[in-house]
Amino acid sequence: METLLQQIINGLTTGSVYAVVALGYTMVYGVIQLINFAHGEVVMIGAMVAFGVITGLAGSGLPASMIVAAGVLAAVPACMAIGYSLERVAYRPLRHAPRLAPLITAIGMSIILQHVALLIWGRNPLAFPQIIANPTVSIGLAEISAVQIAIILLSFLMMGGLSWFVYRTRFGIAMRATAENVQVAGLMGINADRVIAATFVIGAALGAVAGVMFGTYYGIAHYTMGFTLGLKAFSAAVLGGIGNLPGAMVGGLLLGLVEALGTGYIGDLTNLCQWPVVDAWLGERCADGAHFILFGSNYQDVFAFVMLILVLVFRPSGLLGERVSERA
Amino acid sequence: MNGLAAQAGARSGTPESRVLSGQPSLVGETLLEARDIGKRFGGVQALKAVSLTIRRGEIYGLIGPNGAGKTTLFNVFTGLYPRDSGEVIFAGQSLRLESPHIVAAAGIARTFQNIRLFGNMTARENVMVGRHVRTRCGVFGAILRTAGQRAEERAIRGRADDLLRYVGIADRADSLARHLSYGDQRRLEIARALASEPQLLALDEPAAGMNATETAALRTLIEGLRADGLTILLIEHDVKLVLGLCDRVAVLDYGEKIAEDVPEVVRADPRVIEAYLGTGTH
Repeated sequence: METLLQQIINGLTTGSVYAVVALGYTMVYGVIQLINFAHGEVVMIGAMVAFGVITGLAGSGLPASMIVAAGVLAAVPACMAIGYSLERVAYRPLRHAPRLAPLITAIGMSIILQHVALLIWGRNPLAFPQIIANPTVSIGLAEISAVQIAIILLSFLMMGGLSWFVYRTRFGIAMRATAENVQVAGLMGINADRVIAATFVIGAALGAVAGVMFGTYYGIAHYTMGFTLGLKAFSAAVLGGIGNLPGAMVGGLLLGLVEALGTGYIGDLTNLCQWPVVDAWLGERCADGAHFILFGSNYQDVFAFVMLILVLVFRPSGLLGERVSERA
Repeated sequence: MNGLAAQAGARSGTPESRVLSGQPSLVGETLLEARDIGKRFGGVQALKAVSLTIRRGEIYGLIGPNGAGKTTLFNVFTGLYPRDSGEVIFAGQSLRLESPHIVAAAGIARTFQNIRLFGNMTARENVMVGRHVRTRCGVFGAILRTAGQRAEERAIRGRADDLLRYVGIADRADSLARHLSYGDQRRLEIARALASEPQLLALDEPAAGMNATETAALRTLIEGLRADGLTILLIEHDVKLVLGLCDRVAVLDYGEKIAEDVPEVVRADPRVIEAYLGTGTH
């Protein structure tokens, strides 16, 4: 019970970060049917830039909240600029090329951004300076830290803000129109280039904040962190139905929860000594209440991808995804 | 329907409340002049030096057998296809045809033979999108929501409702476009096209798939649009509808214009009869 509650809290925290990153994948896919594999690297660069600023200001005596805010404020425009340049340089020239071409370009941009980060920040992880007092609050049997509360609140705020923007403003209507049919949207006077560029920029801004949150939660930022995080967020987007905003949010949260619960219980569940038959067979290896655990919590990353495979097999359009025929 | 159009027509007297932006005072002047438009798809010459003139306030029909190039010409006018040669003068200015949103801004709006609405958006949102070309709105304006932005958005919403009322589907404003009936989708497409305040409304086979009653209602709607000063370019297979409705008709055959005149003359033109019925066995 204690594990359950605690892992739900942890899962919500990572899940809301996945959800915000997944929005970046799903928005771009929704508008131009491109999987922007470089998005994870944009998130990573957001974390790196913010960590640089935060480390630089750590000794200045400013209040911790202001230092973190400064880090975020530096990361967001940096990532927006990268998102815009990616679209301009790497994807726009290939807008009418076969779909495989921009996909390969996306992978290429991902590798380039990783190595640019390697050149700038080096191969060693950047540590988050100990400037935030991170008190924990007990709720029932579990504990939630101030950072976790901040991450969850901020993520939900961003998801709400994006939904409002897309579903309630005119620019949002233009975005949805472009996503549904670029040609007809053009005939309505919508400048598709602007809408597509804005999609990249907004996704990158969300990604920047997500990168800072993720780095702050785990205490480090590293030039390779975007790869796994990006793949998991992409899985979350597919899980929810790629191209679908609520889907990305649900998918991200669900993925975080599954991952946290899986990690929390996999050790207990695969402890072979708990089953009498196996216990007898293993004999002395289980003596005196010893454990023989088949899979430990280091299998954390497996869950996201097992889920991705299951979704692709049983419900390829995702939980909230449209039937593919509608798009064709 | 008749009542709605008449009501809208009556309102067009006062400039503030006008639903349409046609300019009755200019009726009869040249609105669009196409000169020697050519278009080739690989080895097929889809349009051969087509020239035509559309005057303000008229319903101009474009007919021809299947594959004659009607829709191709339409797509060239609306910027969907780049043309290979020729030029288009619209409202006295050379029309840049390189991108659909530029053409839309110049004042040409269209509907599609196969309806192309934004199915997952409501009827009202579809019309609001159509209004996009006449409004200034960027990402930051949308986020910051200045007083001016909010007022503009309210005005757009109100105008969308006016247009839905004008075409007679005000009660379906909040339905998703894909849930509307076929006839209502056609009307919605016209409302969306009208939202951009076009000077020229291009209708690509609006009666396709309609039954006789729906066609009659559509005819009333189109006549109401003309009464409100709009210029209409109509492609239609239903020859009876075209000849009954249009002021002038052009006939395309194999990418060439073979006739252009009032319906009575076109109907009697031997080349037109030949194009439609063949030469027979002499």
